[in-house]
Amino acid sequence: MRFVLALIASLLFSASAFAVQPGEVLKDPALEKRAREISTGLRCLVCQNQSIDDSDAQLAKDLRLLVRERLVAGDTDDEVENFLVQRYGEFVLLKPSFGTHTLLLWLTPALVLVLGGMGAYAALRRRPQPTAAALDDGEREALETLLKHDQST
Amino acid sequence: MVVEAGHFALALALGLSLIQFLVPLWGARANDPVLMAVGPTSALAVFACISFSFLALTFAYLNSDFSVLNVVQNSHSAKPLIYKISGVWGNHEGSMLLWVLILALFGAVVAISRNSIPMRLQANTLAVQAAVTIAFLLFILTTSNPFTRVVPAALEGQDLNPLLQDPGLAIHPPLLYIGYVGFSISFAFACAALIDGRIDAVWARIVRPWTLGSWTFLTLGIAMGSYWAYYELGWGGWWFWDPVENASLMPWLAGTALVHSTVVMEKRDALKVWTILLAILTFSLSLLGTFLVRSGVLTSVHSFAVDPERGTFILGILILFIGGSLALFAWRAPMLKQGGLFAPVSREGALVVNNLFLATACATVLIGTLYPLALEVLTAEKISVGAPFFNFTFLPLIVPLLLLLPLGQTLAWKRGNFLGTAQRLYAVFGISLLATIVLFAATYGGPVAAPLGIGLGLYLVLGSINEIATRAWAKGTPLSVAWRKARGLPRSAWGTALAHAGVGLTVIGIAATAWGVEAIGSLKIGERLKGGDYEVRLERVIPRVEANYREEAAVLTVFSSGRELGTLETMKRLYVTRGMPTTEAGILTVGLGQVYASIGDTQPDGSVGVRLYHKPLVLLIWIGSLVMAIGGGISLTDRRLRIGAPVPAKAVPPHAVPAE
Repeated sequence: MRFVLALIASLLFSASAFAVQPGEVLKDPALEKRAREISTGLRCLVCQNQSIDDSDAQLAKDLRLLVRERLVAGDTDDEVENFLVQRYGEFVLLKPSFGTHTLLLWLTPALVLVLGGMGAYAALRRRPQPTAAALDDGEREALETLLKHDQST
Repeated sequence: MVVEAGHFALALALGLSLIQFLVPLWGARANDPVLMAVGPTSALAVFACISFSFLALTFAYLNSDFSVLNVVQNSHSAKPLIYKISGVWGNHEGSMLLWVLILALFGAVVAISRNSIPMRLQANTLAVQAAVTIAFLLFILTTSNPFTRVVPAALEGQDLNPLLQDPGLAIHPPLLYIGYVGFSISFAFACAALIDGRIDAVWARIVRPWTLGSWTFLTLGIAMGSYWAYYELGWGGWWFWDPVENASLMPWLAGTALVHSTVVMEKRDALKVWTILLAILTFSLSLLGTFLVRSGVLTSVHSFAVDPERGTFILGILILFIGGSLALFAWRAPMLKQGGLFAPVSREGALVVNNLFLATACATVLIGTLYPLALEVLTAEKISVGAPFFNFTFLPLIVPLLLLLPLGQTLAWKRGNFLGTAQRLYAVFGISLLATIVLFAATYGGPVAAPLGIGLGLYLVLGSINEIATRAWAKGTPLSVAWRKARGLPRSAWGTALAHAGVGLTVIGIAATAWGVEAIGSLKIGERLKGGDYEVRLERVIPRVEANYREEAAVLTVFSSGRELGTLETMKRLYVTRGMPTTEAGILTVGLGQVYASIGDTQPDGSVGVRLYHKPLVLLIWIGSLVMAIGGGISLTDRRLRIGAPVPAKAVPPHAVPAE
C-alpha cells in the first residue's frame, strides 16, 4: 500500500526529497542535535504525515529555521514546542498532548491490555482445571478391594 | 474489442458469484450434495472470468491502447515493459481488479482441494467467499470501472507516477494483496464454521495453512514496501508510521496472533471461540485498510466528503461484513463447545499472553490511526498522531512480548514448569546479557537503545537455536545422532525457530539504526564530506536523457579510514510527462550496513547538496523479515499442512505430533 502513499506524497511535495539543507545547519552541534530532535516531533502542516525534518515543503523549511532561531535565542525545547503550538495549534505536534480530548487515545493501550488480561484470566478460571475425575461407588469399592488385597499380602 | 470482452467477463463473474453464493449455501442447509457441488464449479468459473478480465486490461496496457481512460491516465508508450505491466495495478481501478482476482484465485484453490475439506464446510466457505467477491465486483463495476473508454482516443498517455516506476513497487502490491486477501479465506472458514455451528481441530488444521500462507506473503509485502520507501523516498527512514503503512501493519499483527492461536486450536482443541473471532477481526482489518487507502479519507476528511461515492461504497462493504460476521459470531459462538483444558503456565498460556500483547499492539495502532479522523469529525478539533506517539506506545507492548517469546516457545503443552523452562534458557540469557554489557561498554557514551536492542535480538536468535538444539541433543548424544534428530524434527518446528530468529534479526537491525550517522554538506567536484567512519568525494555530475525521464547523476567515491571502498551513484530525476522530480538514493553495501547518499538542490555557487548516512547493520531489518517469511514457508511444507493431502485426523499417529 506504500505506493498509494507515494501517490499522495507526490502530489504534496514536488521538490526532491532532501529536507534539511546544508545552509540550515547550525554551527553548534549540540544545538543542531536538539533542533533535529525537536523537528522530528513537529508536523509539516501542509504534508501528509511528515515531520518537518523529513519534508521539502517550503513551510517545513520555514519551521526548521524558526526552531533554530528560537534555540539560538536561548529557548528550552519545551518553550520552542509551546511557541509553535500557540502559533499553529496542537495539530503541529506529532505526539498529541495528554488531555480530555485525547484521553481515549492515550488510555486505549493500557485499557485493552488490562481488560484483555482480566478477561483471559477470568475465562481461564471459569473453566474447570484439569483434575482427576472423582471415583464413583463401583470404582471406590474396587479400589478398596485392591488395597485390602495389597495389605493382606 | 478485447477491452469490452474484459468488461463483460467482469459482469459475468458477478452473475456467477451470485450462483456461488446462493446455491452451495442452500445445498449445505438442505444437505444436498448436488447443490453443494455447484460451489467449486462456480468458484472456478468466477476465477476464469476475472482472470480473463485482468488479462484484457493487461493487454490494453501492453498495447498502449489510449482509447481506455485507465491506460491514458497511467501509462505512456515510452515506458519500459515491466512498468507497463505493473501499471495495471499501479492505480485505483486496476488495483481493485487485482484485489478481486486474488480473491477469486483463493476461492478456486479452495474449490480444487475438495478431498481435504469436508463438503459442508467447503460449500459454506465458498458461499461466504462469494459474498465478498460480489461486494467488490459491484464496487468495481459501479464506481471504479477500469474499462471505461475515452472518445476520441488520446494520442499519448500521462505516464505512471514516477515513484511507482521501480521494480520494488512493481511486485509490492501483488505480495501485499495476496496477504491481505488471503485472510478472507480464514474469514470465510470462520463464518462457515459459525453457520454450521461446528468447529474442531480438523477445522484448525484446514485453516492453518491458509493463515500461515497469507501471513508469509503479508510479511514479504510489508518488508518490500519498507525497503522501497527506504531507498526511493530518499529520507533514509524505513518505517514512518504512516496511516497507509499502519493499514497493512494492523492485519499483520492480528494475523500473527491468528497464526499462533490456530496452533493452540489444532494441537489442543482450545481457544476455539477466540480463534474464530480473531479470524473475523483479521480480515475486518484488511477491509479497513482497503477502506482507509481507497476512500481518500486519509488525505483529508474533507476530500472524502467532497467525492464520497467510492468511500461510502467501501464503508458500506466494511459495515456489512464486519457487522454481519460479528452478529453471526454473537449469535452462534455460545453454541461452540469449549475443549482442551490447560494450566495458566503452559505453552497454551504463553500463546494466550502472545495474543493479548499482539491484540493490544494492534488496538494501539488502530486507535492511533483512526483517532485524529474521529476527533475531527466529532469536534472539528485537529490533532496529529505520528511516529513519536507510536514509538512511545508500541515499544512497551512489543518488548515484553519479545522477552517472553523464547520462554513461551520452550514451555511444555498443557502444564509447564516455569523454573525448569527458565533453566533451559540460562545460557541463552547469559550470553545475551554479556553481549549487551560488552556492547554498552564498547560504545559508552553512545545511544543506550542500541546495545539493549541488540541484546534482545540476540536473545531471540539464540533462543531459537537453543530450542532446536535441546530437542535434538542431550548430554552424551553423539553429534551425528543429534544432527539426524535435528533433521528429523518436524518442518513446523524448524519453521517456528526460523521465524522467531528472523524477528531477532529484525530487532538487531532496528536497534543498530541508533548508531547511524548523518552528514549534510554542499560539495563541489573533488570535495569531500565526512560522516562517522565514512567519507565521500564528489567525482562528477553527469546529465542523462532517458526514454521517459531526464536525470542528473552524481558519482561519489566512498572511503573508509583512507581506503577506497567503491563508488555510488545518486540521481535527481525529472519525469518529463508529469513534470515530476524524484530522487534515487545511491547505496553502497558494506557488510550488513550501508552507506547511503542522496543529492539535493544545486547551490548558487555550483556546489551540490549531499546528504550522507552510514547505517550499520541496516540490512538485517529486511533480512530478518525474509527469514520470518522463509520460516512461514517451511512451516507450510510440513506434512500435516500440505494442501490437498487427504489426511484424516485419526491417521496421524500420536508420536508424530510435534510440540511446537
